[in-house]
Amino acid sequence: MPDEKIKKVSIVVSRGSLEGVYPGLIMANGARMEGMEANLFFTFFGLYAVLDKYMDDIKIATVGNPAMRVPDAKGFPLPTLLGALPGMSAFATWMMNKTMDKLDIPPVREFIEMISAAGGKLYACKATVDMFNLTMNDFCPEVDKVLTVGEFYEMSAGAQIIFT
Amino acid sequence: MATKNIAGVNIDVNEEGYLTNHAQWSREIGEAIAKEEEIKLTEQHWNVLEFLQKEVKENGALPTIRRLTKSGIVDTKTLYQLFPNGPLKKASKIAGLEKPASCV
Repeated sequence: MPDEKIKKVSIVVSRGSLEGVYPGLIMANGARMEGMEANLFFTFFGLYAVLDKYMDDIKIATVGNPAMRVPDAKGFPLPTLLGALPGMSAFATWMMNKTMDKLDIPPVREFIEMISAAGGKLYACKATVDMFNLTMNDFCPEVDKVLTVGEFYEMSAGAQIIFT
Repeated sequence: MATKNIAGVNIDVNEEGYLTNHAQWSREIGEAIAKEEEIKLTEQHWNVLEFLQKEVKENGALPTIRRLTKSGIVDTKTLYQLFPNGPLKKASKIAGLEKPASCV
């Protein structure tokens, strides 16, 4: 085992699809499980994971995802045109959520609550907040603060920064 | 595999100090491992440890933190306070169980 362990991570979540949001949440929660300090920084469409009104509607992208297969990971490739059919994304998301729940990977809101209760810190990106015309009231209560990029770097001193 | 003298008994452990034979575990050994991890065991700690042991016995696998907190025994925040710096890992070690192998 290497002598120098990772003590702190700063994870940037920049995408708002289910497959864009979950890796960051799993890594942040995993960091806390290992006793590391964990900061999550939500930017651009990644902010939807902490927007109170929309965080329960995070969906898988069934278009523009050439690795997507149906009905499961070893099934047939899903043609882009079919992926665009109404309800396709919702259906794929429903299937995925069922599987994740079995593995004890919680829905987005519960996951955010869990990370926060575990001592992980959650921040929103100021540039995006301004661009999307958002205020603190739009976020779920677990979001600690809106940060500028500069503040994010300051807060990440000594951390590994992971962009997802 | 190595042996380690814990609470005056020779115990089989792996390189990270997890017991490899749960039959060798006792409450005294749990107390001794906890002391090494700088944790003073209270009744709340024991509730968690006993739940983990029960789950392993019944399901053959450690529960996830979510399963543990959903059982109503402890909430996430308290769990992290009871076993700082890696709650499930620390608790499993003290309970004489294997190292957690789940990502969540």
